[in-house]
Amino acid sequence: MTSTVTTDDLHIHVASKRFDSSQSTDGSLQVLQDMDLQLPPGEFVSIVGASGCGKSTLLRLVLGLDTAYDGAITLGGEAISGPGLDRGIVFQDHRLFPWLTVEQNIGVGLRNASFNAQQKRHLIAEHVALVGLEGFEKSFPHQISGGMAQRVAIARGLVNRPRVLLLDEPFGALDALTRARLQAELQRIWQKERITMLLVTHDVEEAVFLGDRVVVMQPHPGRIRRIVPVNLPHPRNRSDPEFIRVRDDVLADFLAPDRRGPSDVPPTAQPSAAIGFSSERIRFAW
Amino acid sequence: MRRNQAFTRRWRGLAVPFAAIVLWALVARLDLVNSALLVSPAKVLDTGRELLSSGVLWLNLRASLARELTGFVIGTGSGLVLGGLLGLWPRFNRIVGPSFNTFKQISLFAWIPLISVWFGLGDVAKVVFLSLAALVPVVVNTADGMRSTPATLLEVARVYGYTRAKTIWHVVLPSAAPAIFTGVYLALVYSWLATIGAEYLLVSGRGVGNLLIEGSEHFRMDLVLFGMVAIGLVGWLMNASARTLERALARRLGR
Repeated sequence: MTSTVTTDDLHIHVASKRFDSSQSTDGSLQVLQDMDLQLPPGEFVSIVGASGCGKSTLLRLVLGLDTAYDGAITLGGEAISGPGLDRGIVFQDHRLFPWLTVEQNIGVGLRNASFNAQQKRHLIAEHVALVGLEGFEKSFPHQISGGMAQRVAIARGLVNRPRVLLLDEPFGALDALTRARLQAELQRIWQKERITMLLVTHDVEEAVFLGDRVVVMQPHPGRIRRIVPVNLPHPRNRSDPEFIRVRDDVLADFLAPDRRGPSDVPPTAQPSAAIGFSSERIRFAW
Repeated sequence: MRRNQAFTRRWRGLAVPFAAIVLWALVARLDLVNSALLVSPAKVLDTGRELLSSGVLWLNLRASLARELTGFVIGTGSGLVLGGLLGLWPRFNRIVGPSFNTFKQISLFAWIPLISVWFGLGDVAKVVFLSLAALVPVVVNTADGMRSTPATLLEVARVYGYTRAKTIWHVVLPSAAPAIFTGVYLALVYSWLATIGAEYLLVSGRGVGNLLIEGSEHFRMDLVLFGMVAIGLVGWLMNASARTLERALARRLGR
């Protein structure tokens, strides 16, 4: 586990982030506004929002790939001014090097790390085991499935023992069954390693399943609509009524921003059991 | 039934050449064509045996191959450097790129008169010509390959703190390797083509092309035909070894 001398709080404060745009009236497009987020060490925070709300942009700012914004992002008190090995990332596409094997790809994360060769070998083996890919160390990316490749990407993101792991819609490119399986895997890995994780997704159920808190974002410009705490024990159960209640609560922000969802109706007012929701109460936003 | 099928599949490619040789032999034997230029396959074989045993074939082949190898190495080497600069250094590409793109449009054989004025007709002139033939495909493919490194992978390198040099060595070069190999392979093919061409156009010294020229000047079609066979065999050998190398490289690079 990471040994912390200073506090590993991640403080995100983005007053404004703009992109140049030839299509807008004043030449720039504001993608983020007044984003304030604090992550204590070891917390799992999900950011959920529709496409185009700026959530991936936010991750790139935290990662340090983009430094042109108004605000300050600090990790453990130090300002983030560029990429660093203390922040790992898992992209939506696995971005493995096609000419390297699984273990060499995980080793890419360690190339600039200050471990000796033996320590690196040990770390790589440890992380291959962590993501459950023993036996595939010498395989090439084109020989393994998409889900397995994404697991390699997760191993690569974690091999440095970063203080924060950023995940940008990591399971978006996978089929539903693999997605569900990897969500459970990620939860297991997080429970084991307790590394701070910041997940960006458009899947509300995934956000509630994995996160201690769910940050709901709304677009144009990207802002935090609200933050929903998820006080459920791990591992989470998707069929738990409380889980469903929280999920529907968050979903309501997307389905009908000014209306509440069916599970918010108190039990006594519902005319029939099971799936019934009377049509006049629900109006979908699209 | 299955053995028959396998046999057919393996040897059916030889049906046409076999029929052609039989036809040729018949025409020659039966004097169906009244021409002093017609030689029988047997004569070609005899001439070939003579050239081989007297060492004349090897002498000329060696001269051609030596020139080709020299031209290939010089052209490929400088092509890799120039292609690398054009692919990796945007400013260099902006300044030198347009000139090179114009330069490469000039058909290779159009350079012969200029080369013969500058370098004469001997080996030096031929090697210059061959280097030119090898240079162009290498530069084009190398530069293209390096420029096409996926931006997603370059970003991964950035995230993990790779310096520019490390990124080039660990990301750009492996990614560009198939394209670079294509360029080198084309250079090999073109320089062999250009070797024969150079021997026709810069006529002096030894070479298999010179064998052919000599043969046609003295109306010795047996020399001509055998020369063609020899040239074809060398070309096929180069092709085969390049393909083996490519397969080995692809396996090593995980494709």
